[in-house]
Amino acid sequence: MSTGEYVPHAPGYVDSPGTKMVTSRFGYEDSYTLERSLATGGYEGLKAALAQAPDACHGITRDATVLGRGGAGFPAGIKWGFCPAEVWPRYLVVNGDESEPGTYKDRLLMERDPHQLIEGCLIACYAIGLSQCFLYVRGEMAIAQQRLADALNEAYEAGYIGKNILGTDFSVDIILHWGAGAYIVGEETALIESLEGNRGMPRLKPPFFPAAVGLYGQPTIVNNVETLANLPWLMVNGADAYKEHGSETSPGTRMFAVSGHVKRPGVYEVEQGITTYEDLIYGDDYCQGIRDGHELKMFIPGGGSAPWLFPEHVSLPLEARPVGAAGTMLGSGAIVIMDDSTDAVKACLRVVRFFARESCGKCAPCREGTSWEEKILQRILDGNGRPEDIDLLLDVADNISPGPYPVASDESQGLEAVPFPPRQTTICPLGPSSVAPITSAIRRFRHEFDAKISGVPVEVGS
Amino acid sequence: MTATEPEAEVVADGVPVTIDGVEILANKGELLIAAAERHGVYIPRFCYHPRMKPVGMCRMCLVEVDTGRGPGLQPSCMLPVSDGMTVLTESDVTKKAQDGVLEFLLINHPLDCPVCDKGGECPLQDQTMAFGPGESRFVEEKRHFKKPIPISDIVYLDRERCILCDRCTRFASEVAGDPLIHFQARGNQTEVNTFPDEPFSSYFSGNTVQICPVGALTAKPYRFKARPWDLSEIASTATLDAVGSRITVQSSRNQVLRYLGVDSDPVNWGWLSDKERFSFEAWNSDARLTQPLLRGDSLGNPTDEGDQLVAGSWALALTKVAEALDGVEPERIAVFGGARMTNEGQYAWAKLIKSVLRTDNVDAQLGDGAGGKALLSLPRTTIDAACTPGGTVVVLGADPKETHGSLFLRLRHAAENDGASIIEIAPRSSGLAPYATSSLYPVPGELDQLVDALGDPFGDAAGVDGDDIAAVSERLRNEESFTVVVGSGSLGDSPAVIERAVLRMAALFPNASFLPALHRGNVMGALDMGLAPGLLPGRQAVGPEAPGTWANTPAMEGLDTTAMLHLAEEGGIDVAILLGCDPLTDFPDAGLAERGFNKVSHLVAVDSLLNFTSTGADIVFPAAASATEVDGTFTNIEGRLSPISRKVTPPGTARADWMIAVEIAAQLGVDLGFIDIDELWADLAAASPLHSGVALGDVMAADTDGVLLTGTSIDSVEPPAVDVPNSSDLRLVVTRKMYDEGTILTHCPSLNQLAAGASASVNPTHFSALGFSEGDEVKVTSQSGSVTVPVISDPGVPAGAVAIEFNQPNASAASLLDSARTVTTVSLERVS
Amino acid sequence: MSRLTDANVALAREMIARYPRPKSALIPLLHLAQEQEGWVSDDAMAHLAELVGVTAAEVRGTCTFYEMFKLHPVGTYMVNVCTNISCQLLGGEELLHHAEEALGIRPGGTTEDGLFTLEDVECIAACTEAPCMQVNYRYGLRLSTDDFDQIIADLRAGRHPQGLVTANPGEPIPSHGTLGLTRQQTGESKMAGVLPPEQVNEAPVWLNANATEDAS
Ligand SMILES: Cc1cc2nc3c(=O)[nH]c(=O)nc-3n(C[C@H](O)[C@H](O)[C@H](O)COP(=O)(O)O)c2cc1C
Ligand code: SF4
Ligand code: FES
Repeated sequence: MSTGEYVPHAPGYVDSPGTKMVTSRFGYEDSYTLERSLATGGYEGLKAALAQAPDACHGITRDATVLGRGGAGFPAGIKWGFCPAEVWPRYLVVNGDESEPGTYKDRLLMERDPHQLIEGCLIACYAIGLSQCFLYVRGEMAIAQQRLADALNEAYEAGYIGKNILGTDFSVDIILHWGAGAYIVGEETALIESLEGNRGMPRLKPPFFPAAVGLYGQPTIVNNVETLANLPWLMVNGADAYKEHGSETSPGTRMFAVSGHVKRPGVYEVEQGITTYEDLIYGDDYCQGIRDGHELKMFIPGGGSAPWLFPEHVSLPLEARPVGAAGTMLGSGAIVIMDDSTDAVKACLRVVRFFARESCGKCAPCREGTSWEEKILQRILDGNGRPEDIDLLLDVADNISPGPYPVASDESQGLEAVPFPPRQTTICPLGPSSVAPITSAIRRFRHEFDAKISGVPVEVGS
Repeated sequence: MTATEPEAEVVADGVPVTIDGVEILANKGELLIAAAERHGVYIPRFCYHPRMKPVGMCRMCLVEVDTGRGPGLQPSCMLPVSDGMTVLTESDVTKKAQDGVLEFLLINHPLDCPVCDKGGECPLQDQTMAFGPGESRFVEEKRHFKKPIPISDIVYLDRERCILCDRCTRFASEVAGDPLIHFQARGNQTEVNTFPDEPFSSYFSGNTVQICPVGALTAKPYRFKARPWDLSEIASTATLDAVGSRITVQSSRNQVLRYLGVDSDPVNWGWLSDKERFSFEAWNSDARLTQPLLRGDSLGNPTDEGDQLVAGSWALALTKVAEALDGVEPERIAVFGGARMTNEGQYAWAKLIKSVLRTDNVDAQLGDGAGGKALLSLPRTTIDAACTPGGTVVVLGADPKETHGSLFLRLRHAAENDGASIIEIAPRSSGLAPYATSSLYPVPGELDQLVDALGDPFGDAAGVDGDDIAAVSERLRNEESFTVVVGSGSLGDSPAVIERAVLRMAALFPNASFLPALHRGNVMGALDMGLAPGLLPGRQAVGPEAPGTWANTPAMEGLDTTAMLHLAEEGGIDVAILLGCDPLTDFPDAGLAERGFNKVSHLVAVDSLLNFTSTGADIVFPAAASATEVDGTFTNIEGRLSPISRKVTPPGTARADWMIAVEIAAQLGVDLGFIDIDELWADLAAASPLHSGVALGDVMAADTDGVLLTGTSIDSVEPPAVDVPNSSDLRLVVTRKMYDEGTILTHCPSLNQLAAGASASVNPTHFSALGFSEGDEVKVTSQSGSVTVPVISDPGVPAGAVAIEFNQPNASAASLLDSARTVTTVSLERVS
Repeated sequence: MSRLTDANVALAREMIARYPRPKSALIPLLHLAQEQEGWVSDDAMAHLAELVGVTAAEVRGTCTFYEMFKLHPVGTYMVNVCTNISCQLLGGEELLHHAEEALGIRPGGTTEDGLFTLEDVECIAACTEAPCMQVNYRYGLRLSTDDFDQIIADLRAGRHPQGLVTANPGEPIPSHGTLGLTRQQTGESKMAGVLPPEQVNEAPVWLNANATEDAS
């Protein structure tokens, strides 16, 4: 196979029609090399940025409304502006800890196009005076680490990183850093703790967010890999071109990983806001529908932390606001499709178990509560449940995240949606996230729980 | 008086906050939990501790808060007050959240309250009784860990009881600077633990036991000893070191079982060193003196005991003392010690010694540090002033970590959190070295020359680099004011070196004020009461024109310990009196002490426990322990008076020191003028202008920070001459450690194994030049003697010096020392 | 069982120098120790404590927080089977059961020959390729039980397992502890320079020199 040829290559990634802002090189087998990068417009964004004043680059990012792709969807340009004036040094920390169940895109960006990410980091550093950048890659992603190490070595050698980049007075170091297995470290303050060599336990944010007091107590921008990967395209094409894609409040494209019971699972780059779940799940260019002989039962619309949606919700656009109003979140762009063969109790337990295993242990409600939830659910699944266990489960959940917890509407029962986000008795949203599958599953499939408790088998189905 | 309710200040930057419908004025920047508490609303909490940074771990302090964006649950321990904030601490939402947290904390907590040391004083238990669910909804098996594991020689950890509040671990790293305990593992498996084989051997470990909100951490001396409801308590002051840390003394059935640190704002902030905290064990010892002891052959009718010490009556002992003192010239009497007594004991004894026995040969310092007169001539300051945010502290010949634990914690906090700069000028690197902005280590015997150089930098001095000297000099000259914490210096140097150094410091830097961090508990009280040559009560000088109301005070200044021992050696002392001290082990010239005491005709001791020196006494009076068995007062390094409270009765016929003085005086036919401490204070107030305005009741009032003595000081003292040492031999540095072979420590079962032993530390340059390797045993030989100890390479020891720790189980550094010399020189020889 | 080798100490120092504060290098250094030994021993932790200037208890506190660090010897190959939701839906648990039977061990266990340690892991970011696993952090995707057996057989036989994805085709699967086969090689001479934050008080040069308006 000739490496110059464009062939859909990367496992997981599925090419689809439309403008590609971040996955344009994924089809090349050698997409991760500096050579391929340069041959396909690599570092042009950096050059475009360096040709302008730093604050102009900041301005473009702000104008384009580049929403954060890590989960919270906060506009990057505005976040950058939160660095207090005249406090130096400032740092950039790249969040490559991707561990949210169902989420699979940052790894592709790091493995398939490390130079694009490096370029994005350089642009951010240039724009707001960040003097050192730490690329925090999830520990388990050995290939991504290797590809980034190679790319950094090449880029340093070629003068794209380090002292006086491309002959300008812009100098910055990018340091490859990697974790060691802890989901919570994806939370930005835990990420900073971890980068300081500590246990990854989140810090309480107010009154200070990391942009004001972060790494070593200095102003620190934490951005997701995909967020930064957008910057090269943006610098080359400008804010107006960027806004031509996607919807008004969610411009640009986004990567979505659709997994589970679909015919063609994969990672797709699509325009935000105008594409719907339905398009992705059923579209011929995308997942091509539920596997044969089955029907959609429910789906996780934005990563394991997101409350579940159901068949009647598929027409929602892939856009933060309407999804939030519908009782869940777009989150990390992880869509998990579950068909009618899925046992709701078992699926619920599996997601809850994840949060119980990943609780950092700081907040009593999360540390104790998530394990308790897991134990109750395991008991129910094993056939040892007691009738009072469902209410107990809901009440334990309520003590982690005081209700009403966000949940989708259920017209069949005449129930309204409770909009996102949840309330919390904890520092970070991890504990409360464990409540999402519980309230979602019990509200919709209480009969499945009852059946397991009473021992009367029930047909699993929607 | 330094009370802490400047109400006006609160209003000045008052932030209006409405708590449960009542508007209060909070301080700017104050945390909600603290503001609420000051206004009588107690929000439950486990992890929050006012002296440590909040972590928000337990979530017990959640309350509903509205800052204008609608009500939400917020941890009040992490939330600074803001203008117009409304808070609901009793709402249904708040209650539900708090009950939920309580339940979470209980599901894995064992129900062993009946056998738990904390049972009865446990906030978790209290909360549960008050609000908790009746029956557990948790039917699963609880988390299991191996039951109590020792995490140090003193502290045990029961991880099943632990609620992971991060208090002990935060204390270890944030307050003590000894992060030897740490969270390990994650999530529901999280536990506190040490590194394998690296115990939590912190000098301050006992504080973690005090602040643990449950019974997870327990201290060996208290485990299973009592139930909280059997205990009664009283406010007092810790007497082992001169900081005067405030404590609560708790006892049950006439036995002291526990000291707890009290959060005194100007002094110890609730913290205690372990040495201080567990020192009460000594007073419970079976070895306590309960009756007077008399030497058989001095009794007139020799018994079978021959020349052994035998128990006798008070009447006989008093008669014998009077006989011994009868007709002895005042100059031929020598009195050692007195620093372990209360101010009252010191006053009574000073009056007996100076006005009845009419001798000025008395020294409470036993060769430690600059002389009393010199120290009392210095402008004094407070710990708070020393720890001023952004301020500068010079630590001159002191190692507070080893000798003044709670002062060390205050200084460390100032350096770590409040931007204070610590400049360490020490015979070897001290416990403050990691926090110091500059460290100067002059060669032994030349500390005073270094201070001279600070006044007028001219290049290298005392083996210290000239640039470093110039930088410190510049900094000190530019400070508006700074504090000097002055210690004993190296015990290997003649005390004249540190005395000259500190007096020169005062002369060169009018912007300096001082905290004398001297060794031994109430040593500052002893100086203020006159238990030092040349001093009368109230920081007044002995001399022809001495004022005051005592009759017949000596006209001439007497002798210090060294001089008394030299005189004794020449047969010039007939009667020597030991006031709670052990010069044979504690005076930094063991040879001289031994030769001196050998020649004394009559040795009288007043003490609570026998020691090496008093074992040789002819008459021993059993004294009540000043720490817990008498009422009285204490004077700390700041000159702060605070109460000492009698909590238990003394054993046998032991009596308060002041009473013993009164009785001896009476036996000699003199009425000292008081028969209780109120009368004693009236007498003191008349004799001492320093104390004349102070009411004893104000000092004894438990809820105050004590009374700060200010005013009177000795006129300036001339710096003594110091022979400039010019030997190029290795010079000896001798410093104290927190744990040694001191009398009190040896009687504390929990502490008496902790002395680490002496070693010979040398600068790495010499270490390799001398061909040593780590762990070699070396014989250190001086003109006076030799000891064999392991040798260590230590960059914190100046080049040209060997540093040895004082009074350790494996070696007596005192046997190497010669107090007649400015420095002691030694040779090293490998023996293994 | 041991401290870092001299070569690794040199590497460690180079890594430490890339951070404004030494302790920041701790997690990469723990990986380095694990690379040397296959697991992280107490001696290694004590050595790292010296290198970054903290207590051994602090190093252990950090080390034990993270799943990838093994405090006891493990197999040459860590076989991590994902059972999180996306994989569960497509047979992740069945794959795990198969792995248990095939290797004769339970999750957490190591085969008697010391070759394999099996783990039941959380989402490894290959959800669209379920069911999946990692062997020493190299992916096996859309695995059937036969695929699994083949990979194990290849590793046992010392053959390159075709079923695992590597950064470059045919690259060896290193033994447990080694992550990426290449490292960042940024030495001090190439770097723009790292200073502790307290030594930086000014905006970077390019920011002021090029400002067009009041930044931020
Ligand atoms: C429990 C938890 C886990 C998270 N994990 C990730 C993650 O793996 N990757 C990520 O980019 N953001 C993650 N986030 C979001 C980050 O905290 C942060 O919002 C994000 O990195 C900011 O980058 P952005 O503004 O570019 O999206 C997580 C948040 C939480 C609460
Ligand atoms: S909610 Fe859970 S994961 Fe988040 S900080 Fe609290 S304990 Fe840690
Ligand atoms: S006291 Fe506030 S969270 Fe523990």
